[in-house]
Amino acid sequence: MTVGTKERVAAGIGENAPRPDGVAKLSGNFAYGSDLWIDGMLWGATLRSPYAHARLVELDITPAVVMSGVRAVLTQDDVPGRPTFGQVEPDQPVLCDGVARYWGEPVAIVAADDQETARAAVEAIIVEWEPLPPVTDPDQARAAGETYRDMVIRRGDADAAGSVVIEGEYETAIQDQAPLGPEAGLAIPDGSGGVDLHVTSQWIHIDHAQIIASLGMEPDDVRCHPVGIGGAFGAREDISLHIHVAMLALRTGRPVRIVYDRTESFAGHVKRHPARMRYRHEADDEGRLVKVTVDMVLDGGAYAHTSHAVLANASFFTVGPYKCDNVFVDAAVSRTNNPPAGAMRGFGAVQVCFAYESQMDRLAEVLGLHPLEVRRRNALGPGDPLATSGQIVEGSLPTLRVIDELESIPMPDAAIPDDPRRLPGGTGLTTPKDAVVRGVGFALGLKNLAFSEAFDDFSEVLLILTPAGLEIHTAAIEVGQGLVTICEQIARTVLGIEAVAWLSADTSQIGSAGSTSASRQTQMTGGAVYEAAVGLRDKILQQFGGDELTNDGVYDRGELVATLDAVTADGPIEQWVRYRHPPTEEPDEFGQGNPHAGFVVAAHRAVVDVDPELGLVRVVQIDTAQDVGKALNPQAIVGQLEGGIAQGVGFAIMEELIVEDGVILNPTFTDYLIPTLLDMPDVGSRLIEEPAHWGPFGAKGIGESPTISSTPAVVAAIRAATGRPLNRVPVRPQDIAGV
Amino acid sequence: MIVTFTINGEERSATVAGWESLLTVLRDNLGLAGSKNACEQGECGSCSVIVDGANLCSCLVMVGDCEGTTITTVEGIAHGSVLHPIQQAILDEGGVQCGFCTPGFVITAAHLFAANPNPDEEAMREAFSGNICRCTGYGALLRAFDRLAGDGT
Ligand code: FES
Ligand code: FES
Repeated sequence: MTVGTKERVAAGIGENAPRPDGVAKLSGNFAYGSDLWIDGMLWGATLRSPYAHARLVELDITPAVVMSGVRAVLTQDDVPGRPTFGQVEPDQPVLCDGVARYWGEPVAIVAADDQETARAAVEAIIVEWEPLPPVTDPDQARAAGETYRDMVIRRGDADAAGSVVIEGEYETAIQDQAPLGPEAGLAIPDGSGGVDLHVTSQWIHIDHAQIIASLGMEPDDVRCHPVGIGGAFGAREDISLHIHVAMLALRTGRPVRIVYDRTESFAGHVKRHPARMRYRHEADDEGRLVKVTVDMVLDGGAYAHTSHAVLANASFFTVGPYKCDNVFVDAAVSRTNNPPAGAMRGFGAVQVCFAYESQMDRLAEVLGLHPLEVRRRNALGPGDPLATSGQIVEGSLPTLRVIDELESIPMPDAAIPDDPRRLPGGTGLTTPKDAVVRGVGFALGLKNLAFSEAFDDFSEVLLILTPAGLEIHTAAIEVGQGLVTICEQIARTVLGIEAVAWLSADTSQIGSAGSTSASRQTQMTGGAVYEAAVGLRDKILQQFGGDELTNDGVYDRGELVATLDAVTADGPIEQWVRYRHPPTEEPDEFGQGNPHAGFVVAAHRAVVDVDPELGLVRVVQIDTAQDVGKALNPQAIVGQLEGGIAQGVGFAIMEELIVEDGVILNPTFTDYLIPTLLDMPDVGSRLIEEPAHWGPFGAKGIGESPTISSTPAVVAAIRAATGRPLNRVPVRPQDIAGV
Repeated sequence: MIVTFTINGEERSATVAGWESLLTVLRDNLGLAGSKNACEQGECGSCSVIVDGANLCSCLVMVGDCEGTTITTVEGIAHGSVLHPIQQAILDEGGVQCGFCTPGFVITAAHLFAANPNPDEEAMREAFSGNICRCTGYGALLRAFDRLAGDGT
């Protein structure tokens, strides 16, 4: 390379850099949690409660213990340390403590020489239950004071009144994350009393804290390692088999592997909270919001998990990306015997978005306004107070622009297709073309970035420059979203060095990177990489007296003054960073204050064809305009938008875990339907770049937005086509057909 | 029993009971973990393999029935370290996220394009309707397959 004409480093930010794990994944050589294998390992299996609420009358493990090939059978009595776990409130027994509180609750665990023997041993355990009446109604539980958290928001004048009043009751059902990779783990005793754990996770440090507590061990005795993850979407934010597999390995002194099957997976992770929401919007004649009053209850199920934070999100985002000076919210998340609820993509913002956007549509209709016009008139922007907490929006929030850009995306061909496969019902050929009605719907959604409410949210990264290039050491978890790719891009751009490698660290090697959730890793671990890279670069430039770092080495005014080999001649150069976002605050007792680190907004437009008689829907096209701050990898962003929209479409028209008396009736892919390529429409995406006030290059986390407002947009389109009220998601054929 | 078949051009045999699924034997006995188990019910397609020219969910195939068959798994698609054009197209278009579904899409694409090098969009949607992807929303995958159909690959 000629001095003075240095090229910009390849595969830096803004480019569609390919995933470093892509080739391995395409060739079948990428190791997921369920692929882990070590010779001589045992197989674990779990006995689960068949009841949502029951007293354990008898548990006799003897028949399993005496089976040949069985190496351990453990119950709650065998938990060496704290008998319960939970990331906010440790309220869930590691194994049943005498009362089962949800369907599928783990009761006993077995390790055996092979999987068949382990499963047979589970069957052999003698267990007798006394069924108890399950609490399944969250309103009833709330009335009885059985809540994990209650939220009150009081902002403005309770006597304020608008000339237009819209009241509505809305309900959202249970959605499952259904990541394709099952829960899986391998525990390997280290020979000196400790254990190495390789378990599917979104946050190994929070796992580690809970695991050592229940094992009664010192932090140094347990190491949690990142493993290959087959999707997450919130399902891996809480403990599943982690403590179980460690207990079995420690008891037997041998490696133990547990892999859930699909039905166990449905039973074994938390769900999206179902919600009931009662809304009252008051507006002036122009459609400007005057007051919003909300009462809602979320069903948290049997144990606390992250219900606390989910309720806060549902409460703070209850009005959406709109201005309103008078807001009154009473909200609770109840304790029931339904499946435990917790994190799922959108985290409380999804449920309320369905409600507030339904309200905004009805307001527009009453006033004879276009749905987007009423949203324009109320759009929240930088400098405005959030309707609920009063927090002033800092940094960018291009609410008006997402509306404008959404409208600029071309609509699909207005004609109903001739090809019968493209009609509702598809190849079922149920629907003649002339029975089809088309509808268009819109929705906007608002989400917070990273953790809120004074949580000490940080990510640690260690960068090491060697003659071979840069190493990024971190415990941040890649779940498929592309974190590794963009962190490498950030490092390349800042350092000017192309050879960058991501080296996953375990819990003994580095501090927490925080959770891969809350749309936070692009800004948090990406931010840590950025800050560390800047520190490393400046340190080197100062030491070698240069003004630019490149693949070749240090330049000073266009002249190479030290090669990379010379720079690292005295050994690798390190830079460690613990990166935090701007601090957030606990809200006061009326929900007022500054609980959030920042916001992200998105808009969706859905076009649907409906067969009103059979209640069948075909989504023709979905378009989105997304606030991205800065597009670090446009292709990866579009992938997140399309994937998130697929989950939003699923929640709008097909995805529902059906629960009766606390029992999940459809815990299989045969009965829990996920959109396929036949269900998914084309997606038009527009990325809006207005830099965030923190994070690398102004980038925002965008993982959750696409799942938030896509669902109400689809439902709005079905309403537009049919005139049905549709106050519940998912919309079922009978809701459309009116039977 | 001992079952013998040709996998990715190589003769392999395994000592089995016979009732195990082909998927289990591939993954647990033969060290071919590329085919994934996401449902064991024939619903997700992540275990797709080609057996004597048919694209099957290996979780539903009894290994005892595979004696003498010729099987292609995801591990047999690339030419050494060079990706097959199908794999390259998926990579270029951003069709891999978590990748758990990817082996199934690679196999189904290989099967589809071998039979029909120029499928139209509806034929493609149909062909992949047995493969669930939870991450991508299928857009990038469809763009990759569109490109392949355009190339006549
Ligand atoms: S694992 Fe075979 S179809 Fe899902
Ligand atoms: S990439 Fe994750 S399931 Fe398809």
